[in-house]
Amino acid sequence: MRRVLLWAPFVFFASLFAVFASGLLNPVDRSVPSGLVGRSVPAFELPGMLDPAQPVSAASLATGKPKILNVFASWCVPCVQEAPALMQLQSRDVEIIGIAIHDRPDALRKFLSENGNPYAAIGDDANSRTQIAFGSAGVPETFVVDGKGVVRYQHIGIVKPNDVAIIMAKLKEAQ
Amino acid sequence: MIRNLLALLLMFSPLLVAPVTAQSVYNDRQLPDPEQERQAMALMETIRCVVCQGQAITGSNADLAADMRGMIRERIAAGEKPEDIRAWLIQNYGEWVSFKPEMGGSSTPLWIIPLFALALGAFLARGRFKRKAR
Repeated sequence: MRRVLLWAPFVFFASLFAVFASGLLNPVDRSVPSGLVGRSVPAFELPGMLDPAQPVSAASLATGKPKILNVFASWCVPCVQEAPALMQLQSRDVEIIGIAIHDRPDALRKFLSENGNPYAAIGDDANSRTQIAFGSAGVPETFVVDGKGVVRYQHIGIVKPNDVAIIMAKLKEAQ
Repeated sequence: MIRNLLALLLMFSPLLVAPVTAQSVYNDRQLPDPEQERQAMALMETIRCVVCQGQAITGSNADLAADMRGMIRERIAAGEKPEDIRAWLIQNYGEWVSFKPEMGGSSTPLWIIPLFALALGAFLARGRFKRKAR
């Protein structure tokens, strides 16, 4: 019994060491997940960024057909990298609604002419209110919204070509 | 004549460029009502910036933090209670967004463990005192 107890401090120290070492070796995931997954999209109404006749609102997300909401900006460098994947999604008949953060129509037009335009409509979120209402912590972020307007999935960061299959699967689940 | 007109037009051209972004004036300006500003400030100091993460939104230069300040000030000016705004932000970003610890949920052990530790300490100390008394 005493012999076992003699080892106790060592075991305690070793386990503490293991906890700290694992924390150092695997840095925590710094992404902030949205609390809206599983809930209805917040009420919002944004003017159309390129076409004033095409506003974006909560109603344009609940049309009976699952779609994608992409939070992006023309000034966002990583957003350029996800453009090919979004174009790929569009070519598979996925409707993509864009929300442009802190953007300007001229800058956005240039961005779309250089990288392609996968968006069915783009809302102008000049003061990030809609982004905050969606629990989005940055650009780019992508949400899968089902036909009833319920957020089903959130993808944080660049949509890479190999994420297309995951998003297609989530869209199918949302059907 | 046309040249003069053109010059005049150029002179006022900055006025023709309408502000394109409708950012809140309250992103970096205090509310006119000091009591409301005090409430807004108290809330903003305990809301974490979701971009920089180690800072409260009061000390962050991130655009999103500035927009959150503007939003909080506007909502408080509109009569909303600070704790309701906090609850709304927690709904959107998780408990993590608030620097004010909430009782219950995942933080329950944090509140309960000290009580256990105190009880254990008292129990151990009790034995000591008994022995001394003899």
